Amino acid sequence: MRYESPTTAKAAVDLLSKEKGKAYVLAGGTDLLVRLRMDMIEPDLMVDIKNIPAMNDIKKTPNGGFKIGAAVSGAKLGANKAISKAWPGVVEATNLIGSDQIQGRCTMVGNLCNASPAADSVPAMIAAGAKANIVGKKRRTVPVEDIVTGPGKTALAKGELIEAITLPKKAPKSGDAYLRFIPRTEMDIAVVGAAVSLTLKKGVVEKARVALGAVAATPLLVKEAADAIIGTSLDDEALEALGAACSAACKPIDDKRGTVEYRVKVAGVLAQRAAKIAYERAGGK
Amino acid sequence: MAGVHVSTTVNGDPVEYVCPADESLLDVLRDRLGLTGAKEGCGTGDCGACSITLDGQLVCSCLVLGAEAEGKKITTVEGMADGENLHPLQRQFIDNAALQCGICTPGFLVAGKALLDRNPDPSVEEIRYALAGNLCRCTGYDKIVRAVQAAAKDLQKQKK
Repeated sequence: MRYESPTTAKAAVDLLSKEKGKAYVLAGGTDLLVRLRMDMIEPDLMVDIKNIPAMNDIKKTPNGGFKIGAAVSGAKLGANKAISKAWPGVVEATNLIGSDQIQGRCTMVGNLCNASPAADSVPAMIAAGAKANIVGKKRRTVPVEDIVTGPGKTALAKGELIEAITLPKKAPKSGDAYLRFIPRTEMDIAVVGAAVSLTLKKGVVEKARVALGAVAATPLLVKEAADAIIGTSLDDEALEALGAACSAACKPIDDKRGTVEYRVKVAGVLAQRAAKIAYERAGGK
Repeated sequence: MAGVHVSTTVNGDPVEYVCPADESLLDVLRDRLGLTGAKEGCGTGDCGACSITLDGQLVCSCLVLGAEAEGKKITTVEGMADGENLHPLQRQFIDNAALQCGICTPGFLVAGKALLDRNPDPSVEEIRYALAGNLCRCTGYDKIVRAVQAAAKDLQKQKK
């Protein structure tokens, strides 16, 4: 295996696209190096992106959103007050990944590209309307929900990597939240994850996005669930419809963490609770 | 396999080594630099026995490549004591019997110090969350939490 640590995105793209063997992007390494240790992968090349200055930055975008570099760790994201204030759901979801030791290294983009159906930050990013800025032969920008195509699979072509995640400007009277269910308080993989982002107008939900994790082969953006609460003041009837739409969207598997039946039910309940938190954060009563 | 030449700083001392590109920083510390304080428990970032700090950030050294340490500042448990004088956290681990077999102890010390460096007066809950990435099969954790609390008090007294 060769190790390279380029200092520009272009050099990283060149290395990845020219490599004839198996090439991997190394950000925090909290998934990739585990797979290396367990002999699940045999890389010919590892391209460390942490020495690319732009990928280590959190920047405000010209239109008031945020651009979070692919190498920004969970700890660094959590320490950023402006993002924590604007998008608390996204930050909380990212900070749920592993221990303090893991937070020191793990990244949102790594969580996304590892493409686990149970990734915590991904439903939160999808609900927030986050976009992935991809560099490769050409630059392209893709909504986060279009990146993961199956367990461990992404829509990235050879030679492409995600340079940053862009979060939109937080709208007035808006809020987001992410909740995950695990059978203990810390250090576990989601049985179900639910993220809700919504914007209010005079106490009524004007816009909403609802996303679920660990209930299908990929994280899901559930339009029917958003439609169930748009135009309502999140009354009991709306919450019930939200829960039902989430449960209906689930296509989970049975595994040691939970059964199909359990996940389907919990997805609805968690989405309702996340929606209530998002609603409160948006200033709704 | 081509070796990677790395210049870095460990516990304040400049260090150079050559390692294979896929070698972990933990293996570099233990087998090339003779710093055997950090332990390999799981090798997959779950147990925290290999905890070190990298540019001030607490990490599992089993999930860092030796090659990544170029130009960084590393601290390990070997850098905690001031000569013969133990760090207050080390002293309190002894006084509170916060260890039995000792395999997890270096990791707990490094993680506990990282907590106290950023939060000098942590609550029990904060201590338990901060040490959730470190596993101990002997103590049941209570003694470790008490040692961190006691060290926090010692450090606060030192500052006054």
